[in-house]
Amino acid sequence: MQNSESIIDIGHVSKYFGEKAALDDVSFTVRKGEFVTILGPSGCGKTTLLRLIAGFLTVTEGSISIAGTDVTTIPPYLRPVNTVFQKYALFPHLNVFNNIAFGLNLKKRPSDEIKKRVNKVLKMVGMTDYEERDVDSLSGGQQQRVAIARAIVNEPEVLLLDEPLAALDLKMRKDMQMEIKAMHKKLGISFVYVTHDQEEALTLSDTIVVMSEGKIQQMGTPKAIYDEPANAFVADFIGESNILNGIMIEDNLVSFAGHQFECVDKGFESQEPVDVVLRPEDLYIFDPSEAAMLTGKVTSSIFKGVHYEMVVLTTEGYEFIIQDYHCFDAGKDVGLRVKPSDIHVMKKERLFNTFSGTVVDKAHVRFLNQVFECAEASSFTLGSTVSVYIDFKDVVLFDYEEDGLFGGDVKFILYKGNHYHLTVSTHGNENIYIDTNDVWDTSDRVGITFAPGSIHITNINS
Amino acid sequence: MMKRIFAGSYLGLLLVMLYAPILIIIIFSFTEAKVLGNWTGFSLKLYRSLLVTGVHHSLASALWNTLIIGLIAAFVSMLLGTMAAIGIFNLRPRARKAVHLVNSIPVLNPDIITAISLFLLFVSLGISQGMTTVILAHISFCTPYVVLSVLPRLIRMNENLYEAALDLGATPFQALRKIMLPELKPGMISGFILAFTLSIDDFVVTLFTIGNQGLETLSTYIYADARKGGLTPELRPLSAIIFISVLLMLLVINRRAAKNKS
Repeated sequence: MQNSESIIDIGHVSKYFGEKAALDDVSFTVRKGEFVTILGPSGCGKTTLLRLIAGFLTVTEGSISIAGTDVTTIPPYLRPVNTVFQKYALFPHLNVFNNIAFGLNLKKRPSDEIKKRVNKVLKMVGMTDYEERDVDSLSGGQQQRVAIARAIVNEPEVLLLDEPLAALDLKMRKDMQMEIKAMHKKLGISFVYVTHDQEEALTLSDTIVVMSEGKIQQMGTPKAIYDEPANAFVADFIGESNILNGIMIEDNLVSFAGHQFECVDKGFESQEPVDVVLRPEDLYIFDPSEAAMLTGKVTSSIFKGVHYEMVVLTTEGYEFIIQDYHCFDAGKDVGLRVKPSDIHVMKKERLFNTFSGTVVDKAHVRFLNQVFECAEASSFTLGSTVSVYIDFKDVVLFDYEEDGLFGGDVKFILYKGNHYHLTVSTHGNENIYIDTNDVWDTSDRVGITFAPGSIHITNINS
Repeated sequence: MMKRIFAGSYLGLLLVMLYAPILIIIIFSFTEAKVLGNWTGFSLKLYRSLLVTGVHHSLASALWNTLIIGLIAAFVSMLLGTMAAIGIFNLRPRARKAVHLVNSIPVLNPDIITAISLFLLFVSLGISQGMTTVILAHISFCTPYVVLSVLPRLIRMNENLYEAALDLGATPFQALRKIMLPELKPGMISGFILAFTLSIDDFVVTLFTIGNQGLETLSTYIYADARKGGLTPELRPLSAIIFISVLLMLLVINRRAAKNKS
């Protein structure tokens, strides 16, 4: 299995905190000298993954090997990796020199060698002449440089960076990004970089691993991930995008926003529901003319420095975000056009909510640890195990948890042009997906109900 | 203007009332009179008989016992308390809260309850009471205070420091010695001082655990002396010396704290 090129092998790693899975069967490989970014929203498991590689946590299942050695049960101080922490974690009672020399002192290197190596890395991070300074007297950016120097002075096989720039201001962050990239080139070792900032990931990485809910959503080069997102989550998380529901009519022909469009995607079934992604910069906007594929009215127009960002409401009632160098003021009628190759069609992950349940009596079915009234239950034998289907639009949400049959938190919101697609996580950590026209915010606490007529069931064996 | 004078004199009056008893004892430690309040001219005789001639041998040995008990109890509770604080800090939040509560009970518990329960414990275990039992008793009520002075430092410490040390190749023991202990030192020192003063100061617990082998600490000695009628005059210079030492210690600590802040 060992690839001579690979430096880290993550094999089917899962990590549970109690009942909750922080990581669920994650596998990937980091090649020698590669810059890998683990990207995802907070709570997606990216920091857990980094801490598993560093050895601060142990895996529940699976294995990790570094440089050809299985390190799954090896403590952090014996692993050939070093970490740069988000809050720097410099030792406050040691000065800059002794902070950086800490690892070398433990290895009992001769003092002239330590001095030479510390000075070398100090020069590399641009902090020469700071040896005697107290670490508390340094600015955030300087502390971060010392933290990086402290890690790389040990010449690790892999450098792990846990959101190292999150605490810096925007300008500083941009500068440090460039420096980290240059440092990576110069050192030639592998970097594993954790961040929630998609722009940072696109700028720095050779490979991006997009994570959500403890699973890898997509892995690839920045360009592949931007141009060919694997699913609606990745499309929404990386860059801005218009994501709409569509139907694949036949190969190279997709219908969305009330029209049919030529595209370059094939291999779907006829009439298959799909997600369609259009990047805002791929839409052409112009005065109404014959060439328009869609017509509509500009509802807002904002200057963004280089380009204008405009929202257009089409005649059919779909909203599109468009970025263009030309300004079309709000209220203006416009035409829109998109090239076939810029229409990206993705398979839908699911078409409705699915649960497994049991029929408890003629009118009730039990799922999600709760009993629901269900009209279709009468034709099933008591106690039989069934699959439960509920349409996205048949889920009813309430402002107050008490008003619903059970409660949950809004975890993820996707705008689909004319409605919102919500992911609500119940207290039992089950996900429920909802289509709605109402506006909710992430982390809103909501009550959830299903109408008796909207719960469809089928026998699991049939 | 009037307001300021008024506020100043009020503060002055308050301080005088607070410190008058101590000042009087210090002043009258420089005279020979047996009864407090009679001034028979300046003299250092009391100091001499306390420190040099050893006439009051029992007082000197009580002072000696008090210091030994205080130092041992403070040192042991500093070690135990620091280890306990690190342990408590690494518990899961709910368990941490529970142990924190258990730790606070001895702090809030009335001395007399602690004293009686320790007395009963030693008797029921058949341990003969003396120096050892007093030291054990003092350790048991000082340790929670050390925990309370070390724990806040742990909470304020960067959560990744220990991991950073491991990451750079330190074994858990090296990380504790080279990173954690230097970080916790200020909390440990203040815990030690707190434990030491609590131990010197203690009367109730000491009385119940000291046994009847003739062992005396300062507090039990003074109590017995007062019961016999009239305090030994040498107590006056002793009080003066203790007060001045504490004052100096406080000045040093404050000076250090001010230096650390700047």
